[in-house]
Amino acid sequence: MSSALKRTPLAQAHEAAGAKMVPFFGWEMPLHYGSQLEEHYAVRGCGGIFDVSHMTVVDISGPDATAYLRCLLTQDVTTLAPGQASYGALLNNAGGVIDDLIAYRRTEGYRLIVNAATRDEDLAWLEAHRTGAVEITERAELAMLAVQGPEALARATAWLGAAAPTLAALPPFAFLEDEDRFLARTGYTGEDGFEVVLPAADAVDAWGMLLAAGLAPAGLGARDTLRLEAGMNLYGQDMDQTVSPLEANMGWTVAWAPEDRAFLGRDALAAQKATGVPTRQVGLRLEGKGVLRAGLEVFQEGPDGAWTPVGTLTSGAFSPTLKEGIGLARIKATVPRAAILAVELRGQYRRVLRCRPPFIKKHS
Amino acid sequence: MSDIPADLKYIASHEWVRVAGDGTVTVGVTDHAQDALGDVVYVELPEVDVVLSAGDEAGVVESVKAASDIYTPLSGTVIAVNSTLEDAPEQVNSDPYGEGWFFKLRLADAGELDELLDADGYADVCDADA
Repeated sequence: MSSALKRTPLAQAHEAAGAKMVPFFGWEMPLHYGSQLEEHYAVRGCGGIFDVSHMTVVDISGPDATAYLRCLLTQDVTTLAPGQASYGALLNNAGGVIDDLIAYRRTEGYRLIVNAATRDEDLAWLEAHRTGAVEITERAELAMLAVQGPEALARATAWLGAAAPTLAALPPFAFLEDEDRFLARTGYTGEDGFEVVLPAADAVDAWGMLLAAGLAPAGLGARDTLRLEAGMNLYGQDMDQTVSPLEANMGWTVAWAPEDRAFLGRDALAAQKATGVPTRQVGLRLEGKGVLRAGLEVFQEGPDGAWTPVGTLTSGAFSPTLKEGIGLARIKATVPRAAILAVELRGQYRRVLRCRPPFIKKHS
Repeated sequence: MSDIPADLKYIASHEWVRVAGDGTVTVGVTDHAQDALGDVVYVELPEVDVVLSAGDEAGVVESVKAASDIYTPLSGTVIAVNSTLEDAPEQVNSDPYGEGWFFKLRLADAGELDELLDADGYADVCDADA
């Protein structure tokens, strides 16, 4: 294992729990702790904890922070009250997605949580467009855990302490700050639960208490199948700088009103909206047994029975919950909804059913 | 360290062979292979009565991570397949040398058995992989 990889405050705890550690965008992270499937089932059935300390936390403050973020993000941060957050994106001038992120409006200033894989591009973009009295502070000294599952909040009660009932009563995407714990009702699994940003020094104790409460340690492998079942995008696979949010099922994150909010990428996005998107993202389910994989080509059956390529799987997996192959694909926007679609698996055209993600019903 | 039973034969592509002594063998994938694959979610087996030559593709094992071809270490006719893997592919992980077996062959040429690796030889292959 390369010594150049960054380790989170929990790296030793992962190893003690039997984790298979893998390189992940410059970090050494747990892929699984024995069985990725068992971790997936644990999160769907009860609750699991993920170390997501590799995520990049950036605080934005200063008198001009609101005006600055209104220029940068697809969502309009003035619609957020303190204690509320929303999902959105940073776009380049062509309307392509530089990153997806969650923006949190704090009592003073904002917090952005962005991907580890895009940290450098994001920070460069934020800095390049900084105007007025705005401070941009990366909080690399903080750790982050995701506690997810139908029993996540109940089992975390002792660790949460007095904050537990308040947090449990918050709606999705609301958050609270309990001294130096930043507790948000967000996640990447489609389950109930929360994410917490906290001082690195407190991470090991938190991890230990949450494990002792019966929450299962869960790795990147389970995180990927959980988010895919929930129909959530993964940056770098399901969208990137060459794809607009309208082509990646992220149109809902774009606040078009008010019309005079000139956020970066807006003109390109508006032009694409007017002329129509060239591609769109769809969910696919494989008929019969087997697994879908990212990178598979998607074909449409013609009237003569011939197959024409119309797109590509951007994410694919075996859904542990549905016990079938599922995936997200980007296909030509001209493909009719009723078209017969297939992927080629080992020389055979196998039917896939187009659907609208999420693949599983979200638990509340 | 992975489990490499001394009473089995192996090939470098991580399949094992159990020799029955009546001209038939059972084939599966090794503990080292299942560990590298991760959770197995789908197995495609050969058809019974198919005639295979040593080195032929004989099926596919798909894990949460990737799809891998299964090769037959020996030439012969498929006389049985472990169809329980269709509904319980996780047996490949939990019991690779037992319930996780893939198929049985009636050998075309028992002389091919001499070309297989013993447990020590296969352990060297695994060490070189690591």
